[in-house]
Amino acid sequence: MNTNSNAYTFIFAIILVTVVAGLLAFTATSLKPLQDENVRNEKMQSILSTIGVEESRDNAGNVYNNYIKQELTLKSDGTIDENPTVKAFNINLKNEIKKDVAEQRFPIYIAEVNGKTTYVLPLQGTGLWDAIWGYLAIDADENTIVGCVFDHAKETPGLGAEIRETWFEEQYIGKQFLKTTGDFSANSFVSVKTVKGGSKLGDSHGVDAISGGTITSDKLSIMVEERLQRYLPYFEKN
Amino acid sequence: MSEENEALFSKKNIKLLTDPLNDNNPVTVQVLGICSALAITVQLKPAIVMAIAVVFVLVFSNLIVSLLRNLIPNRIRIIVQLVIVAFLVIIVDQVLKAYAFDVSKQLSVFVGLIITNCIIMGRLEAFALANKPWASILDGFGNSAGYAIILVIVAFFRELLGSGKLMGYEVLGHKAKTIVESSGVYAYGYENNGFMLLSPMALIVVGIVIWVQRSKNRKLIEA
Repeated sequence: MNTNSNAYTFIFAIILVTVVAGLLAFTATSLKPLQDENVRNEKMQSILSTIGVEESRDNAGNVYNNYIKQELTLKSDGTIDENPTVKAFNINLKNEIKKDVAEQRFPIYIAEVNGKTTYVLPLQGTGLWDAIWGYLAIDADENTIVGCVFDHAKETPGLGAEIRETWFEEQYIGKQFLKTTGDFSANSFVSVKTVKGGSKLGDSHGVDAISGGTITSDKLSIMVEERLQRYLPYFEKN
Repeated sequence: MSEENEALFSKKNIKLLTDPLNDNNPVTVQVLGICSALAITVQLKPAIVMAIAVVFVLVFSNLIVSLLRNLIPNRIRIIVQLVIVAFLVIIVDQVLKAYAFDVSKQLSVFVGLIITNCIIMGRLEAFALANKPWASILDGFGNSAGYAIILVIVAFFRELLGSGKLMGYEVLGHKAKTIVESSGVYAYGYENNGFMLLSPMALIVVGIVIWVQRSKNRKLIEA
């Protein structure tokens, strides 16, 4: 057999690629349920850790319902979307933020820890290289941040990637996004911003930005501000 | 005919297995696969998983290419090899995502980059294309094990000196915020060397390994 002829080369390539594609499709489909569960559990783990419940990923799914009492889907005017086919937990924010604000849906998780209500807001935005996201837990006073988790896809290791580290996240605890608690007007809303060069002592609306990670820090501020303001109408109503 | 009846573990075959561990180590002698040796050796656990992944990919790609060696059209042989390697790497990636999610997050892009690991394409091109399946398996195993050993040695020192842990366990004692609250060596004021966690130190550790190896193994010293 002449393995150097054009016909043979084409046939060989076609057969090889078909076989490989078939096998890969089979593996991918058969492992998909397990992978999806990992992703779900990780999401639950992140939500739980913002409210101070540290669980292993495998166990997060089991205890999730003990803490998270309600999962709501909000419209941009702060009313609840009652459509039963929309599950707050399954909303993919990555697709959602590409839509027009009026079309977007905003998931909110209402948790109860030791009898205290805490709101958990999912965050999604763009960093320097790729997506950044996270969760923000807000106290029952609807102003104070009690916990947060940030994560990223491709930020620079050692610089922007530091946003997922505890030392950075811990800075947000106790910060407030409103000048006056209970006043949700544009004058009162200031968000919590990263401050290049370090936030001033006692500044309740700023945290230290990351040295060498200015763009990621700025984008994180933008994400937090953009997402927080979407929930103001809801907080105002409640 | 004598070759057909060759014992499974003949001297020649054993040499295929042991040569890459020392005299012909892919990392320290041929200086291949350095890139991943830098990236994933900060901790021992991902390094071990990476090593296992490379062993799997290299053994099977060597085997498959060797079985197909008389069928592969010469003009597209590199593409065929790449397809086979990519196929195996995607399987590894998918399995890790399903069964070892945390490790797969740590390794992130580096699993995918096994495809470009020079050791793999090198062995396929230099060995599997011209040798029988069994010899190719041994060669693949030997070379990936040679890579794995270096990876584990480097990761051992980097995790131990960089974060005072091994496999995530605090073997040097617990480091608290103050010396008084710390235990183990930290109670005496020991500090982790954060520099070990950065990539340049991986190169320096590899360099030290090469130095030690050459001082032991005179054959490797070039005149």
